Order: sequence, then structure tokens, then C-alpha cells
Amino acid sequence: MTHLYSLALESFHTEQGAKFAQFAGYKMPIQYPLGVKGEHLRTRESVGLFDVSHMGQLLVEGPGITEALETLVPAALQEMVPGQIRYSQLTLNNGGILDDLMLTRWNDTRWGLVVNGACKHVDMDHLKALLPDSIQMTYLDAHALIAVQGPRARDALTRMMPEAGDLVFMHAVQTTWNGHPITLSCSGYTGEDGYEISIANTEAQEFAEALTALEETTWVGLGARNSLRLETGLCLYGNDLTTKTTPIEADLLWSIQKRRRTDGGFLGADIILQQINDGVPRKRVGIAPADGRTPLRDHTIIKNSAGDEVGEITSGGFGPSFEGPVAMGYVTQNLSTPGTELFAEVRGKPLPCAVCDPIFVQQRYVRSL
Amino acid sequence: MTVKYTREHEWIRIEGDSATVGITFYAQEQLGDVVFVELPEADTYADQGAEVAVVESVKAASDIYAPVTGTIIESNNELSERPELVNEDPENDGWFFKMHLSDSSELDNLLDKADYQTFIQEEL
Repeated sequence: MTHLYSLALESFHTEQGAKFAQFAGYKMPIQYPLGVKGEHLRTRESVGLFDVSHMGQLLVEGPGITEALETLVPAALQEMVPGQIRYSQLTLNNGGILDDLMLTRWNDTRWGLVVNGACKHVDMDHLKALLPDSIQMTYLDAHALIAVQGPRARDALTRMMPEAGDLVFMHAVQTTWNGHPITLSCSGYTGEDGYEISIANTEAQEFAEALTALEETTWVGLGARNSLRLETGLCLYGNDLTTKTTPIEADLLWSIQKRRRTDGGFLGADIILQQINDGVPRKRVGIAPADGRTPLRDHTIIKNSAGDEVGEITSGGFGPSFEGPVAMGYVTQNLSTPGTELFAEVRGKPLPCAVCDPIFVQQRYVRSL
Repeated sequence: MTVKYTREHEWIRIEGDSATVGITFYAQEQLGDVVFVELPEADTYADQGAEVAVVESVKAASDIYAPVTGTIIESNNELSERPELVNEDPENDGWFFKMHLSDSSELDNLLDKADYQTFIQEEL
């Protein structure tokens, strides 16, 4: 049997009534007594709390780190201000994606990275191999990461830490809570306003208890985390992004700022820049069943009216806030226009469906105060 | 009126040579919030153990099997509009379909209530 890592807060989650499942090598809370649908809806109307400590928190430091990181990701990093966060991807020579990640600029020589739990060891090997020897990398494996997400997250968390009220989406600050050092980021992966807080494992329980005591909050497992991100069109690495999909196929051009679109200078740039100019063979889109009822699950094959395979669902399920099926996947470029009618192969039968915007529920980030 | 259970967590309520079929309270609890049910057409013939319906929860899709051989008489169309009935009242209003039994001796292979309770205790 493979060894399963435990979260520092595992016994705390057990006390909260969590059911656990294996994910990314960890024993993770998949749901709490409220259930996936209830947890999802509560996050959209109030505040969900998520233990995402399986994710890889890294610090990379040293002279020239900003320029060195730019050789590995297509985001423009040099223009960022201290405390700013950007979403990007670790690209490969073939233009594929090794992982997607958040990068926080602390100063000219120090960056914080948050990478996916399932990829973190591969990512660290990749970074070690490709960053100059003068760069030091620290894996913060003794830190928990707690996400506080939802329309009332700002009010709730600001009562615990006034700095939260001043942060806008994709900005972070290093501060303290109850005398404990924390990293407070205004970010998350539910499509809602909210925060992610990094805190030492030894102080995580005290913090989790304080969050639980806030009247607006409910603990939410990975089940609802998945439906929340899917409804708001956010990609899941391993499903929607892989080493065989490029950022352009994945419709992530928005995450490649102007300078990098022309100058390149990152792994796979020749292929990615060519795709920006000439188009892609296939593209990530939203897909909705015509009957408005049948959920389209991961790996469902998409066909055209002639019965030829033209795509695949990469993430699909039911959106409790959308109150209907939500799915994203890849289809050949000439069929990627919203409204294009296709067929999903569900239990051996062709089910009429249509290409749509993958954002089924609008994102509600607070970008200015 | 006899109620029997399958190891696939269906209940079957037998009235003469026909029966009503649904999923158990335990099954709906394991599935979580049901969001979609695909039901068989009337007059569909099904062998015992054949996949005849699908229940989808927020988590996943699960097959529903014919507990005995027979012909579908009627499906619970209410579930198309209100799939949550499967969670709210799985063993009454949340029924899936009614079928005509071809061979009532197949019922002997199914579990009675006490055996089913023991079965789910073992599965837990």
C-alpha cells in the first residue's frame, strides 16, 4: 500500500465530521456532514473554509530570481510590484504544461510559489534542475494552507485580521495573527472573493478553531471545491491541463502578458507564440447538454453529427449554483464557437449538446476597493 | 406485500406478479445529493442484473440494475423534475420503476430486511 500523507489538521477535520478520500497522496477531507451540494451553496452565499495544505508552498530566493523564473513561466514577472500575485504555468519544451501555479513577488530576490499537491515533487525537481545554482529553494512542508472563500469572507476575516480588508484580488501581505507569522493572500479557486492563509502547522489548529467560530463559516471538502471551480470555468491540473495541452489550447492567453507574447523567452515559447499567431488545433470550451439535465462526466467523448470523434470532456458534473450540468473539455478548433451543436456519447448513446462559455457562474473577485 | 433487497442496494416491493423498485436509504446516503435520474421506457425487457436506470449525484453516476427478470411497466416521471425525491423519500415517493415479473422464483435469491441490514453493516 502506498504511504498516505496526513494533514496537520486531520484529527480536527475528523472532529468536524469529515469523510476522507485519497487525493494527491494525501488523506483529504472530501466532504463534511453538510454534503457536497450544501457546502457548495454555503460557499457561494456565505463563507467556505478549505484545508488545501496538500498544495506545495515554495520560496525561491537569490539574485536574478525574477529573470530566472521568467524562463520557466509565460507570465510577465518583472513588471509586478511587491505583494502582487500572478497565475501562470510551468511550461515544457513541447508547449505543454507541467503544472499551473500562483507566483507572489515579495521583492527583487524573493518569490513565493504555490503549486498543485499532485505535482509538487516533480515541480521541485524541474525548478532545481533549471534554476541557477545561486537560487535557493525552500519547501514549506511544515506550513498549512487554509482557504477562506465566499462573498462574506472579507467581512468575516477582517474581524480576525484588519489587513484582509485592504487586500484586493491577487495581492498578498506577510503579517501576523495572534502573534503568529502568516502569509495572507487575496486569492483562491472557487470564483469567489476570498483569501488563502499560510500558517505553521503548529499554529494551524488554533487558527482553524478561530475560523470555525466565525458565524459565517462552514468547512468544505474537495468535492465542493471541485464543483465550485468547475462552475466558474477554472481549470484543474491533470484533467483540463496536462503535459499535452498548451496554454493557448487551454484558452489561458489572458495569463500571458503582452511582452511575453512577442518576446517569448520561456520553455515552449516557439510553439506557444506560433499558436498565438496561427491558431490551435483544438480549444478548451464549455459544453452543455441540450436537455439541460444530463450531467456530462470526465472523459465523455464528443462527436460531430457524422459520428466522428471531435473532442472530450475533461471535467464535468453538476453545478449546484448553476442548478444544472456544467462541463468543460476540448474540441477541434473549427467547432469551438459557442452555439456549435455536437453530441456527447453518454452510456453508448449520442446526447445532443452545445459548445458554450466555460464560465457557467460569474466570478466575483474584488479587484478594487 | 413483501419487500426484498439486493446487494446493489435496491429495494423491490412485490405485489402479485408485479413489483416496484427503488434504491435504499443507505444507498442514497452513500450517493449524496441526487441531481439526475435516467429511467427505462415502458415495455423494456430486462434480465435480472441488467442495467436499466442511472442515478447521478453531485459526485458520480451509478447504474441501477433490474433486481429480477421482467418487463418495465412504468417509470416514476416525477424524478425527472424532482430528482431530490430519491434523497428525501427513497423507499416511497422516490421509487424508480415498476416491472412485471417473469420468474418469481428469482425473488428467493434476494435479501430480506434483516439480511440486508446485516449486509450493509458488513460493508461499513
